[in-house]
Amino acid sequence: MKIVVCIKQVPDTTEIKINPATGTLIRDGVPSIMNPDDKGGLEMALRLKEQYNAHVTVITMGPPQAEAILREAFAMGVDRAILLTDRKFAGADTLATSNALAGALRRIDHDLIIAGRQAIDGDTAQVGPQMAEHLKLPQVSYVTDLKYDGKKYFTIKKETEEGYQILEVEGTCVLTVLASANQARYMSVAGIMTAFDREMEIWSADMIDVEEVKLGLSGSPTRVKKSFTKAQKGAGQVFEVDAEEAVGIITSKLKEKFII
Amino acid sequence: MDFSLTKQEELFMQMIRSFAENEVKPLAADIDDQERFPMETVEKMAKIGLMGIPVPVEYGGQGGTNQIYSMAVEELSRVCGTTGVIVSAHTSLCVAPILENGTEEQKMKYLPKLASGEWIGAFGLTEPNAGTDAAMQQTTAVDAGDKWILNGSKIFITNAGYAHVYIVMAMTDKSLGTKGISAFIVEKGMKGFSFGKKEKKMGIRGSATCELIFENCEVPKENLLGTLGKGFGIAMKTLDGGRIGIAAQALGIAQGAMDETIKYTKERKQFGKAIAAFQNTQFQMADLETKVQAARLLVRSAAFKKDSGLPYSADAAMCKLFAAETAMEVTTKAVQFHGGYGYTREYPIERMMRDAKITEIYEGTSEVQRMVIAAKLFK
Repeated sequence: MKIVVCIKQVPDTTEIKINPATGTLIRDGVPSIMNPDDKGGLEMALRLKEQYNAHVTVITMGPPQAEAILREAFAMGVDRAILLTDRKFAGADTLATSNALAGALRRIDHDLIIAGRQAIDGDTAQVGPQMAEHLKLPQVSYVTDLKYDGKKYFTIKKETEEGYQILEVEGTCVLTVLASANQARYMSVAGIMTAFDREMEIWSADMIDVEEVKLGLSGSPTRVKKSFTKAQKGAGQVFEVDAEEAVGIITSKLKEKFII
Repeated sequence: MDFSLTKQEELFMQMIRSFAENEVKPLAADIDDQERFPMETVEKMAKIGLMGIPVPVEYGGQGGTNQIYSMAVEELSRVCGTTGVIVSAHTSLCVAPILENGTEEQKMKYLPKLASGEWIGAFGLTEPNAGTDAAMQQTTAVDAGDKWILNGSKIFITNAGYAHVYIVMAMTDKSLGTKGISAFIVEKGMKGFSFGKKEKKMGIRGSATCELIFENCEVPKENLLGTLGKGFGIAMKTLDGGRIGIAAQALGIAQGAMDETIKYTKERKQFGKAIAAFQNTQFQMADLETKVQAARLLVRSAAFKKDSGLPYSADAAMCKLFAAETAMEVTTKAVQFHGGYGYTREYPIERMMRDAKITEIYEGTSEVQRMVIAAKLFK
């Protein structure tokens, strides 16, 4: 089984600050990390490697410094790593990104494609599903568990707003995975010692079969009109009362505000 | 001269800090309180290779450096001194002497299981009447044809009971003094080998410290480590390496105390402002930070020399002496900065102060380190 995992380097948002004047992220000095949902997806692939001897490739699109997460992936145990990097990819929105990644994926043997649900810097959750559409593959999003029968079928647990669904999938598909699916492994010391000796493939826009107008800024219909920091909500008030009394409190509050 | 970390070291730091923060720190107060050996942490460390860092890949190790190993001990000790010494005693005092002195058969037999963490290692030199004066060994080993018969006892042995493999020093010829001491590889379960009293300690309370008892203990002939009569030299050289590990432990404890104190003094307000805003705090903390950095450079330099195959005996003594005394000073002052709260177990700082003290004592007291350094000066 050949698995490709799409990963992204993101700023560690637990350490990020917002510039109050411009409302934009202050990225200076903020460490970069492998996106947590992607790491969950990578762990899922590495477990299939351990159980079924799957071959795991990771691919990322980003600037040259995105190499760091590919080295990390080597130290966690992947077999192959590809960095998709080119100035022509710059300024890509989710559509242009998914076009580029789908173009690269067409060139890589795969039985399963895994991506993180969403990246913590953009939170769109669009790239995985868009890739599946470009590749005309079935997709399951919000995956929290995966079992393989060793032959043909994947049994997949998918989170929904109400609970979860169990799906059985046959054949090649795209999954988008949640970080909470598993606890991703730590890099091993031996993996770290050899991570920089491994061959990391660098692919440019010329190496994928996608029209240039579909890439980077020119392939990106999304325009950011304005970005702003959400105003902080005040602390809520907690009433520990029974249901009937609670209804009374809520209706009186709503009336107070002329909502009802 | 380049003081920056290599790419591997940077990546390792990223991993070990996250491991220490998520897996080790949450247990530190509990294993201290319960005096409990954190076997679950050892298993987690084994999984990612922390029990065999400086062991070559052909012996089942990670192919890492002593520099990376000392960084591991530092970062583990930054959140838990107990966890740091478990790795240090295992690696420096058991794995290293087998790697450096063992026959090919001994290396193939012991190193893969030790480096993978399936087995834990320990080292026995100290006896009730042979501490700093290690030449006063009373444990004996008698040649009984196809085996050695050991009699005697060893005290204050780190990892004892949990360890499977013990490097034990014993007199094979009392008339020759230090030249009559030999080193042996003793396995848990060998006939006549048992464990005595478990010590109740001031600090590093989660680490196992126990007595080893040999009563006509039968050790196979092939378990002599190195040549007959060279045990004292093996022990001294082993301790040279061990001192880098303990220095790294002390450094980690000192850094951990700095971390806690910076956080606390920024939060704690008195007289209307954070106590970090008082110049007394700032000046004292600046001095402590300088000493911690100096200790770090000494540790890195000693590890560099060991990795480069250069003589490092005095360097190891200096880094251990300075890091241990720095750890004691930093943790003592850190408790003072925390005031009454620092004296309680609500905060980790009193534990760090208790843990720091042992670094001035074991694997050679600070006085022994001064002897080693002076011996190089006046040779």
